[in-house]
Amino acid sequence: MATIAQSQATLDHHDGHDPIGNATFGFWLYLMTDCILFASIFATYAVLGHNYAGGPSGHEIFDLQYVFAETMFLLFSSTTNGIAMLAMYRNARSQVANWLMVTALLGLGFIVMEVNEFVHLIQEGNGPDRSGFLSAFFTLVGTHGAHVSLGLLWMVVMIFQVLGKGLTQPVRSRLMRLSLFWHFLDLIWIGVFTVVYLMGVL
Amino acid sequence: MQETLFGKLTLSAIPYDNPIVMGAIGGATAMGLLVLGLITYFGKWGYLWKEWFTSVDHKKVGVMYIALAFIMLLRGFADALMMRMQQAIAQGGVHGYLPPDHYDQIFSAHGTIMIIFVAMPFFIGLMNLVVPLQIGARDVAYPFLNSVSFWLTASSAALVMISLGVGDFSHAGWSGYPPLSENQFSPGPGVDYWIWSLQLGGIGTLMTGINFFVTILRMRAPGMTMMKLPVFSWTILVTNVLIMLSFPVLTVALALLTLDRYLGMHFFTNDLGGNQMMFLNLFWIWGHPEVYIVILPAFGMFSEVVSTFSGKRLFGYTSMVYATVAIAVLSFVVWLHHFFTMGAGANVNAFFGIATMVIAVPTGVKVFNWLFTMYKGRVEFTTPVLWTLGFIITFCIGGMTGVLLSVPPADFVLHNSEFLVAHFHNMLIPGALFGYFAGYAFWFPKAFGFRLDEKWGKRAFWLWLVGFYLAFMPLYALGFMGMPRRLVHYDNPAWQPYLLVAAAGTLVILAAIVCQAVQLVVSIRNRESLRDVTGDPWNGRTLEWAVASPPPFYNFAHIPKIETLDAFTDMKERGVAYEAPAAYQDIHMPKNTAVGVVLGGVAFVFGFSMIWHIWWLALGATVGAIGALVLRSADDSVDYILPAQEVARLERERRQLLAAHEQSGASADSHLAHQG
Repeated sequence: MATIAQSQATLDHHDGHDPIGNATFGFWLYLMTDCILFASIFATYAVLGHNYAGGPSGHEIFDLQYVFAETMFLLFSSTTNGIAMLAMYRNARSQVANWLMVTALLGLGFIVMEVNEFVHLIQEGNGPDRSGFLSAFFTLVGTHGAHVSLGLLWMVVMIFQVLGKGLTQPVRSRLMRLSLFWHFLDLIWIGVFTVVYLMGVL
Repeated sequence: MQETLFGKLTLSAIPYDNPIVMGAIGGATAMGLLVLGLITYFGKWGYLWKEWFTSVDHKKVGVMYIALAFIMLLRGFADALMMRMQQAIAQGGVHGYLPPDHYDQIFSAHGTIMIIFVAMPFFIGLMNLVVPLQIGARDVAYPFLNSVSFWLTASSAALVMISLGVGDFSHAGWSGYPPLSENQFSPGPGVDYWIWSLQLGGIGTLMTGINFFVTILRMRAPGMTMMKLPVFSWTILVTNVLIMLSFPVLTVALALLTLDRYLGMHFFTNDLGGNQMMFLNLFWIWGHPEVYIVILPAFGMFSEVVSTFSGKRLFGYTSMVYATVAIAVLSFVVWLHHFFTMGAGANVNAFFGIATMVIAVPTGVKVFNWLFTMYKGRVEFTTPVLWTLGFIITFCIGGMTGVLLSVPPADFVLHNSEFLVAHFHNMLIPGALFGYFAGYAFWFPKAFGFRLDEKWGKRAFWLWLVGFYLAFMPLYALGFMGMPRRLVHYDNPAWQPYLLVAAAGTLVILAAIVCQAVQLVVSIRNRESLRDVTGDPWNGRTLEWAVASPPPFYNFAHIPKIETLDAFTDMKERGVAYEAPAAYQDIHMPKNTAVGVVLGGVAFVFGFSMIWHIWWLALGATVGAIGALVLRSADDSVDYILPAQEVARLERERRQLLAAHEQSGASADSHLAHQG
């Protein structure tokens, strides 16, 4: 942590303003607005979650073991992301890139499993146009998945930046925000796992 | 093949057969070509591109926002004029000149444009222009993001405009209720134009909200504690909290409707488990705070105007701040009053009814604060003050009809009637628009270095005020007489006289808008006699008046230390307002960039291709947007250092100008006094 404090101090010089602090705080605010976005979709899921319209219920279509494995991919990707950040504080550039690659692979595993689940559901005739419940299910889980996918894209860009530019101040600032984003998506997924899958199967 | 290339877009999307629409397109195109021609003739493209379009200077972005608001005001007002003329004549055997299908698009476009593309850009423009100056900052927190926000808003406005000539606009009202807005009842591109213009503009607004929240919280001049923050900046801070909390909900409401329309989902459909009321709830959880998003900044502007032109500190500053925050909190617990008739039950309706009434309390606190500020003050009756006085009286009437509507049983009778139309226009025209007009007259000299012509400004005010009463008071009566809103034709002859008066009122407002256009032209022509060299034409109280007009691009050569509220008044009293610092320092400035314009353009292409189902183009636009962002993030030289010598040189010039002005002081001062 000492390194962050030092590196921020060097940037604090002009106008009493603090661009990295501003960027991190602003990004955190964006995450809070994203939280409201998810809350609205959760609320919609809560309202429509039992409107099966003659179609299947969650109990019939969810495979808890499969989703648990999927969840593990995402949770471990957060851990490896944390390790990458620790490497950043030690200024270990290649380690940062390596751990980000591991994180991206785990995230990719999560996305592949999710897409696979979606494809199977659609093939069985249980697509998002089947019922209000399935519309809400696909949208809630899919919105999270879209966020993770964008996060993956961002991570690839950052791997290139770490390798190409090194751990410069702007790169550190971006890594910090990417890390916030990634952990935030983890938290949202805990909500999805609980509200959609666990409560759906119970 | 044609479908792959052009989606649903065919030449028949252009309404050749509709003379009214073609006339409007012809007029709009002619005006557009005239402007483009003039720019080309005077060879100003390079200047516009370098100094304005690619600028990340908050003052220039602000001016562009305000220009956009005025252009869209003309469009939105043309819609209003057409509706009033239709209702004035379409009684009994006469069916008027507008077919129902066209009329429905006009009222939908009118509402969408006035809220999203007039009110929002107008206050966001003034906030851009003023807030960083008022808090003693050199810039906003994210200058580049600011430019992106503006261009997203501008390209969404362009989407609404292009719907005039390519396809049609939504006929489902500005609130787009399903199931009418679903594919089953609205298969055309109209609702999609509405969805995408709101969605893309909304994203720009959300980013602006974050930007200015961070700017105010983290970039205030040293010594400016929260309770020394000027009241306009306070209302802007609270407004931005409302934006951050409510706009994501609009994003979701629109996205779910999009999924219904594009992927056949069942969020709000009649069948297969959809629930329309979910849309209404989501829409108004955004929509009600949105009302305060456009009104609170105007409250802030009125506060600055009242205090400055009464020559007094604002009465009850602390209570003003708390009232603003209270209104913001309450704005989130009243959304259900937009649909008391949903049938939520007596207890739920009672809760929302009472919460709605309670809003009148903090609002009343504000009204009394303004009155007490003027009490025993030396009120100068300038145009901004006239707008404020017109607002206070008119807004109180609107507020009282709002308390009437908040009583659920009364609402059951008045719901969806002309009474409601009268009520919300009675809140938004004085409560938002008059405030922005006051702010426009008040801060115009700050942006351009000369004042607006007072005579034409006062004419505009009186015509607006009289026109407003003529146009909207009859609608209250019509509501009591049982006239529903949004009628293209009616059979009750008793309604017609009232509608004729309302139409006459609209013509008076037209005259008012003409006066505002004349005012701008006259002021530009007479700019030398209206010139303000001091940067402080009104004996201002807050920091924005401490710098030159127009302000240097770095705002403050030397950031002042704040001791008290009304910091500039304090500095003038202590005689340190124009003191030069011992030494200047290097200033860190952001570079201009074209990426904002590019992202706005890409967003426009994306929206247009989604509306017309041109999938390859939508995909291309997405890739383009991501590519632009990745390239931008790879560019680490986005700012530069303005050397201290250069700052010193610019400041010296300003000082010489001020000194010259002081010497010719006597005559200039008497001139100022006359104008004031």
